[in-house]
Amino acid sequence: MVMEADPFMLIEGMTIAGLAVGATQGYIYLRSEYPIAHQILNEALAKAEAANLLGENIQGSGKTFHLEVRLGAGAYICGEETSLLESLEGKRGLVRAKPPLPAIVGLFGQPTIVNNVLSLAAVPYILAEGAKAYADYGMGRSLGTLPFQLAGNIKRGGLVELAFGLTLRELLEDFGGGTFSGRPMRAVQVGGPLGAYLPESQWDTPLDYESFAAVSAVLGHGGVVAFDDTVDMSQQARFAMEFCVVESCGKCTPCRIGSTRGVEVIDRIVNDENREDNLELLNDLCDTMIDGSLCAMGGMTPFPVKSVINHFPEDLHKPVTEDMAS
Amino acid sequence: MLQHFDPNKDYGTPARVSENLVTLNIDGVEVTVPEGTSVLRALLKRTSTFLNCVPAITWKHSALAVSAQWKLKVAAAPCFLYHTCRKRHVCYYAEQQAGETAPQHHGAVHLRSPAGLSDLSSNGNCELQDVAGAVGLREVRYGFEGNNHLDAKKDESNPYFTFDPSKCIVCSRCVRACEEVQGTFALTIDGRGFDSKVAAGQDDGFLASDCVSCGACVQACPTSTLMENSVIERGQPEHSVVTTCAYCGVGCAFKAEMKGNEVIRMVPFKDGEANRGHSCVKGRFAFGYATHDDRVTEPMIRDSIDQPWKKVSWEEAFSFAAGRIKDIQAKYGRESVGGITSSRCTNEETYLVQKLIRAAFGNNNTDTCARVCHSPTGYGLKTTLGESAGTQTFDSVMKADMVMVIGANPTAAHPVFGSRLKRRVREGCGLIIADPRTTELVKSPHIIADHHLKLRPGTNVAFINAMAHVVITEGLEDKEFIANRCDNTAYNKWREFISEERHAPEQTEDITGIPAAEIRSAARLFAAAPNAAIFYGLGVTEHSQGSSMVMGIANLALATGNIGREGVGVNPLRGQNNVQGSCDMGSFPHELPGYQHVADDAIRGRFEASWGVTLDNEPGLRIPNMFNSAIDGTFRGMYCQGEDIAQSDPNTNHVDQALRSLDCLIVQDIFLNETAKYAHVFLPGASFLEKDGTFTNAERRINRVRQVMPPLSGMADWEVTMALSNALGYEMNYSHPSEIMDEIATLAPTFKGVSYDRLEELGSIQWPCNDAAPEGTPTMHIENFPIGLGNFAITEYVATEERSTRKFPLLLTTGRILSQYNVGAQTRRTPNQAWHDEDVLDLHISDAEMRGISDGDWVGISSRAGDTVMRARITDKVQPGVVYTTFHHPGSGANVVTTDNSDWATNCPEYKVTAVQVVKVNSPSSWQQNYQNFDDQQQDFLKQGRESVSQ
Repeated sequence: MVMEADPFMLIEGMTIAGLAVGATQGYIYLRSEYPIAHQILNEALAKAEAANLLGENIQGSGKTFHLEVRLGAGAYICGEETSLLESLEGKRGLVRAKPPLPAIVGLFGQPTIVNNVLSLAAVPYILAEGAKAYADYGMGRSLGTLPFQLAGNIKRGGLVELAFGLTLRELLEDFGGGTFSGRPMRAVQVGGPLGAYLPESQWDTPLDYESFAAVSAVLGHGGVVAFDDTVDMSQQARFAMEFCVVESCGKCTPCRIGSTRGVEVIDRIVNDENREDNLELLNDLCDTMIDGSLCAMGGMTPFPVKSVINHFPEDLHKPVTEDMAS
Repeated sequence: MLQHFDPNKDYGTPARVSENLVTLNIDGVEVTVPEGTSVLRALLKRTSTFLNCVPAITWKHSALAVSAQWKLKVAAAPCFLYHTCRKRHVCYYAEQQAGETAPQHHGAVHLRSPAGLSDLSSNGNCELQDVAGAVGLREVRYGFEGNNHLDAKKDESNPYFTFDPSKCIVCSRCVRACEEVQGTFALTIDGRGFDSKVAAGQDDGFLASDCVSCGACVQACPTSTLMENSVIERGQPEHSVVTTCAYCGVGCAFKAEMKGNEVIRMVPFKDGEANRGHSCVKGRFAFGYATHDDRVTEPMIRDSIDQPWKKVSWEEAFSFAAGRIKDIQAKYGRESVGGITSSRCTNEETYLVQKLIRAAFGNNNTDTCARVCHSPTGYGLKTTLGESAGTQTFDSVMKADMVMVIGANPTAAHPVFGSRLKRRVREGCGLIIADPRTTELVKSPHIIADHHLKLRPGTNVAFINAMAHVVITEGLEDKEFIANRCDNTAYNKWREFISEERHAPEQTEDITGIPAAEIRSAARLFAAAPNAAIFYGLGVTEHSQGSSMVMGIANLALATGNIGREGVGVNPLRGQNNVQGSCDMGSFPHELPGYQHVADDAIRGRFEASWGVTLDNEPGLRIPNMFNSAIDGTFRGMYCQGEDIAQSDPNTNHVDQALRSLDCLIVQDIFLNETAKYAHVFLPGASFLEKDGTFTNAERRINRVRQVMPPLSGMADWEVTMALSNALGYEMNYSHPSEIMDEIATLAPTFKGVSYDRLEELGSIQWPCNDAAPEGTPTMHIENFPIGLGNFAITEYVATEERSTRKFPLLLTTGRILSQYNVGAQTRRTPNQAWHDEDVLDLHISDAEMRGISDGDWVGISSRAGDTVMRARITDKVQPGVVYTTFHHPGSGANVVTTDNSDWATNCPEYKVTAVQVVKVNSPSSWQQNYQNFDDQQQDFLKQGRESVSQ
């Protein structure tokens, strides 16, 4: 929305960031699924250049900053910073080892800072209104605001920009208005497909990064997906592994093979084949993926799985029905 | 030096060089490493058991930069293996070992068991299996029913190795070896996620892909997915011997891994200072010729070349040969015989052959194949810099900011150096290519030359003068270097010469065909680089002005101050394994070992005292002189060791006539080569695997060649030369090649400090090695030149007489390709034939169309010297007006076409420029028909010889 509705906020933020770190070249890496954002951004860049707000000797300041939009080809992994850099260099979107960190050896071997639109778009406000004004939003170390995305089985879905610190329950009930189906809400996944499922007991957790980390969950980009009591959480655990199967770049073993094995192991658990052994194996697999994966893709895939094991164990112990066995 | 078979310890990540040291604590023991060292490397320094206990498989390749495909916490320590060491890092490795193995270790191995651990073949050669053993893995917890790749098809297209994807763990080590070490980018990971797999090219198999079969991937593979066919067929080697490759002048060190006397595989030696653990398809794989059925292992003699061979005892062969030589000398004089030393043989063997000629024949009629390749280097560099050799190490290129490659195709002819150069260029080093052809270095994956100066064959000197003209007239020269290090009288004279307007790029444009602006831009880039290095090959030397061009190169290096430190220099890429050594050993008719002139009484006196004979003070015959004298009837006997002059020397018809004129030709070789077909005495030679001695590579590096199997003929080459000398009445008495080296050290000042003991101690030594430089001299001319001050030489461009005419409108230039080596005697007897089983003529589409020639057509190539026929290949790698071929196959007759034009100073033949006409034909040339008949006859004589009973 920022890119489509207020591209200059992003351009200004990136230009300031570029000047701050002494960079003369910036890139906006955009998924190809956003053609309108692509068109608008390019028009905005052209206008900014024409007005000498970008390019050589910006407004006679002697400072230079060029900005360019590059399209990705749709791989989820290219949201990971090192894969993003590989993709920007024209290579396959494969994760790089860190260190060296991109800030030291990044794009084409040059020092590179990689930030999301949210951070960069906040820069003009902070510089215009001062750090205090920005810090007045939020709580603890999570300052500013986050656009939360309410989705799933929810009465009022959509985007809500809020300061950090509200509880999840307030968000779900006051803004979301409960489930769409009207049935009781059972589980909420926060932070995208790699985020943990929160049971009702955790819904009073304040929406900030630190509080979520404390309950082994992630706030991530603020995506919130609600489920009512008809959900089969074993299938949600399976979906996490399946998602990783589809999106894994294939570079590191825990993610590349672990995700496939994860789906297989969960299927065996559901079908009650050596259920206890396989549950232990699933736990070990999750540890291997968390400790052994090269990036957050494989490292976070176990989060939703583990949350199901910990908070919804009954769904992994259901008797096998004929329907399932088929 | 027999060693038990033991895989090299691999520290996983590259060694770092830093003055700052970092101390970290591993299991309570302090380990100090250079800053930048990875934790993994530090851990491996502390304990070797770690090697097998941590699934660090994906990093364990020291040639590759750190790239963890695996992140692993070392027990409780908040550090990761691939992190660089920091102070106060504390690792608790032993504690973890004592306790239970961390679950993630298990998890890792379980996940990585694609084929089940018991199914992994090649025991002892699989790191995955080692790790599984170390963590005590007995079963695979995930079972075998899940999704897997066990049915993946093997790729057996490469003749030397097999790719079995069912065993692959997709660690990417092969891909990275192909990219980072070899620089070919033939391999990739195809697909994503679980479907990720290693693919060659567009998944079209190894042989059909861009793969150059260097074998780096096979070496890097931690499982038996990529495996040498020889290991699959014959099992794991039992012991190994470190020796030196006998192909090109790079001088790669190899571990010959053996089973008994049989070489199972050659693995590049990681401590090899020339190759740093890398190799090419020839060195690693093409060694099968050494045990080929064509090897002739028993001495043979015959009265004349139209008779069958007769097998004889060594004694009879020596007495027959000595008798003939003595008869010739009695009848036609002392000067009527001579010999040719070999750049394929060791320093010690070469030294003995020239000693035999000078002391037993009593004349200086000795020459070597360097005559036809790098003799202008010797002359040119001695004149300008004072020493007949390259100035640098190969490592030095890693500090270059700009490299100019002139008349060389390193990725084909010096592949290991080529990979090194590409690596440096990928790091940002500039690249200027001066070559009539578009070589791989001009444009290949991740390589684009800043300039390709596509000059016309034969116009080198005009080109280099134009480069120097720009440097001088635009004031880009290194004034301080010139003032302090160069002879200013010579400089001022040269400066005046080179500043003349006729050398301006705008003036030479019509001669060289290189646009003036491009020369100016290239010269500015070259002069502006902090470190600019020049590498050159036979495209510089094999011209009528070869020596002038070498001096022109030295002039440019001196004028820009690019001599005397790392990253710069003048670097001739020597063609053969020991061509530097054969020159050093006094193979030339005018120079005794150590480049000491025969006319110098004091020098000759020292040799006379040592050898106990009187030496001739007149330089003897060069190879072309020998041929001319043979035809004149004044030169009638020749001893030729390990060189195939009949195929390699220009103007084959002339050589044929000369060899037929000889009364006694003694050939010592491993095969009945082209020259041996004209011989009267055949002495079986030993392959490099059977040799004990030293080779000296293009960086003046003396490498040990160690015997890995006994000579098939029962006698080493040096023993054969010694016995022949004794039969001639000049006594030689050595019991080991080391004694020969000791003698060399007493006579050649630059070898004073060299001995086998020192070589064992230091690994290798770059000469000069003497009291001033007891460990050798990696970089030459650091403080001054052997002649004091650098000497600028006047290099007037004189057009070659060989120019395109109405009758011969095209210019033929010759060269080499990757898979074949020189005359092909070795590589033609290996599966390398899969890549190049015939020589072809490359020509540009416009020249082809004009003549109605299509790709694959038979074409006749004629020059004023002769004509031959080969297949045409239409390509844009050559420019219009230029055609190109190789001379790896004798029947191709490439040298039937080349002429006897040669370098004005050294007689190095002008192989690189021959005016020719090309026409479509439908039958072999008359030369080829005659050649075929002669070859059939000689093969029959050999067969009769082999079947004869030794007397």
